[in-house]
Amino acid sequence: MNPLLAIWSGRRIPLAWLLLTRQPVRLAVALAGISFAGILMFMQLGFRDALFDASVTVHKMFNTDLVLMSPRTKSSISMAGFPRRRLVQTLADPAVLGISPVHWNLLLWRNPETRGTRSILALGFEPRDPLFNDPALTAKASLLTQKGRVLFDERSRNEFGPVATWFRQGRTVESEVSGKRLRVAGLFAVGPSFGADGNLLTSSETFLSLLPNTPPGSIELGLIRLRPGVDPEAVAKRLRQNLPQDVIVYTRNGFIEMEKDYWRTSTAIGFIFTLGAGMGFVVGCVIVYQILYSDVSDHLPEYATLMAMGYKLTSLLGVVAREGFLLAVLGYLPAYGAGVVLYGVIKGATKLPVQMDPDRALVVFTMILVMCMGSAALAMRRLGDADPAEIF
Amino acid sequence: MPLGPDQAAVQLGRPSPPAIEIAGLSHWYGEGKMRRQVLEGVDLSIASGEVVLLTGPSGCGKTTLLTLVGALRQVQAGQVKVFGQELAGSSRAERQQLRRSIGMIFQGHNLLRCLSAEQNVQMGADLLPGLSYRARRDQAREWLRAVGLGDQLHKLPHDLSGGQKQRVAIARALATHPRLLLADEPTAALDSRTGRDVVVLLHGLAKQQGCGVLMVTHDPRILDLADRVLRMEDGRVVDTASADSVTAGALAATEAGSS
Repeated sequence: MNPLLAIWSGRRIPLAWLLLTRQPVRLAVALAGISFAGILMFMQLGFRDALFDASVTVHKMFNTDLVLMSPRTKSSISMAGFPRRRLVQTLADPAVLGISPVHWNLLLWRNPETRGTRSILALGFEPRDPLFNDPALTAKASLLTQKGRVLFDERSRNEFGPVATWFRQGRTVESEVSGKRLRVAGLFAVGPSFGADGNLLTSSETFLSLLPNTPPGSIELGLIRLRPGVDPEAVAKRLRQNLPQDVIVYTRNGFIEMEKDYWRTSTAIGFIFTLGAGMGFVVGCVIVYQILYSDVSDHLPEYATLMAMGYKLTSLLGVVAREGFLLAVLGYLPAYGAGVVLYGVIKGATKLPVQMDPDRALVVFTMILVMCMGSAALAMRRLGDADPAEIF
Repeated sequence: MPLGPDQAAVQLGRPSPPAIEIAGLSHWYGEGKMRRQVLEGVDLSIASGEVVLLTGPSGCGKTTLLTLVGALRQVQAGQVKVFGQELAGSSRAERQQLRRSIGMIFQGHNLLRCLSAEQNVQMGADLLPGLSYRARRDQAREWLRAVGLGDQLHKLPHDLSGGQKQRVAIARALATHPRLLLADEPTAALDSRTGRDVVVLLHGLAKQQGCGVLMVTHDPRILDLADRVLRMEDGRVVDTASADSVTAGALAATEAGSS
């Protein structure tokens, strides 16, 4: 006989399923508790991952193989300057195809509607440089050759004013940064991060006019594009040996990891969100344990009867374990659904790049499974109290 | 075809050991100064297929005797053999295995509240090895028909009357094809008419299956159904009588009490 068919015809009464479903109120309470714990974990881990992802959305825009930075730079919100000539020196390496100096700083943007100011991340570069991965954006950058023009991130937070809306309506949108009048020449889409609420692209010339105290020849970021087929790690190693200690060489991944690492380690944010997820886990454990424990207690005479009939203790433990597993699966599904919906809501409200990702979905499912099976294991100890001799 | 209740599958010709052999069985509850003896050297033998009723005042050790025979308790002193298997010094696993060939019917019906009548009976049939789900379900249905509940298959215990619940419990006990049935006051929670009906049914089905019965009861109206009636007092079996004389005596006592 087909082994699957043999298993199917060898099945027994699905006691665990019936114990759960024939007590709908208790099941609903259990599932609400598990789903709540799951949603909490999805939210906390989602925020944490979104923070790390959002902190590097700008970093990921650049079409570059290696990056030069000041050794004093620890994150994108405190970029220190270094001499631009170090970047030019890298051209001596035969593997280097091209370079692009980038200015990077936080500026105060005045909301054109309410006149309030708010900190925005501004990048200044040579508009003709092939700086970005997105060719459309590189093409748009040519609009910046005229002085006083900026590209505005349409996914910036609403506190910067209805810039994107006005621009699309064909209005001339002007604002003020550092006492200088700026006109929005176009839009691009990156989104805010935990460090910056919005982003602004402009030419080096405009950038320097906004920050006249910048030391001459100082830049915050140097992009290095390499010839196709060369190993970026090897070139980075060579450059590190040849350049003085006042600059530091990163690969593109190193550049992104440095930023994520900053938010992970130098701030409490990662810890806080992980702790929040851990609390969801603990709350879920308590709820599931309570439910399973009282379920086993309520049915103790029935379990004892089954033992008197000749059922093994292990097969009754299996019933409790299956209850735990069913609760995990049934509680996870609504948590997953609610997670997807809430991620959409949060993305709309905060413009953070939160979305359901398979790794996190798996992590949360594993945590719920551990939570339910652990609670079931604890509740099983109650089964030891089932004494078939006591039921006569 | 699975062995159903219809087939009177009694292998009469086969020489079999007595269903129960008890010698010098004593049992105590509690420890130290609180130690109290409930059984004091019980000797008893029940042949295969014999229906034996056990009466006596409450607290005389009837139920304890039943739990010991049913392999639910560890034997402390004396010998208990069930189907020739010695229970004194048996392991937990041996007792659990033995319990599969003993059907038990309790004072309370002890049905699983979340299972329908059919599913409750199938919990018994599920213990039978090598049968498909469908075969075990069909057996459960057949047993319920045999106890007259063929039209109540999908009702939960909650929706059944006391007598019906006890009949489901009988069907569940018989569904494991037991060679011995132990019953502890199965009629206690039932009115006299229903009680007698249930025991008559139990008796008939047990006889049909060639299954021995040891039943604790206080109910004088059912004593005539027994092959033998035992009377216990203070942890001892004091009186063994043929059913007829005990019945006559008990009925006389009842009549004397009521007049």
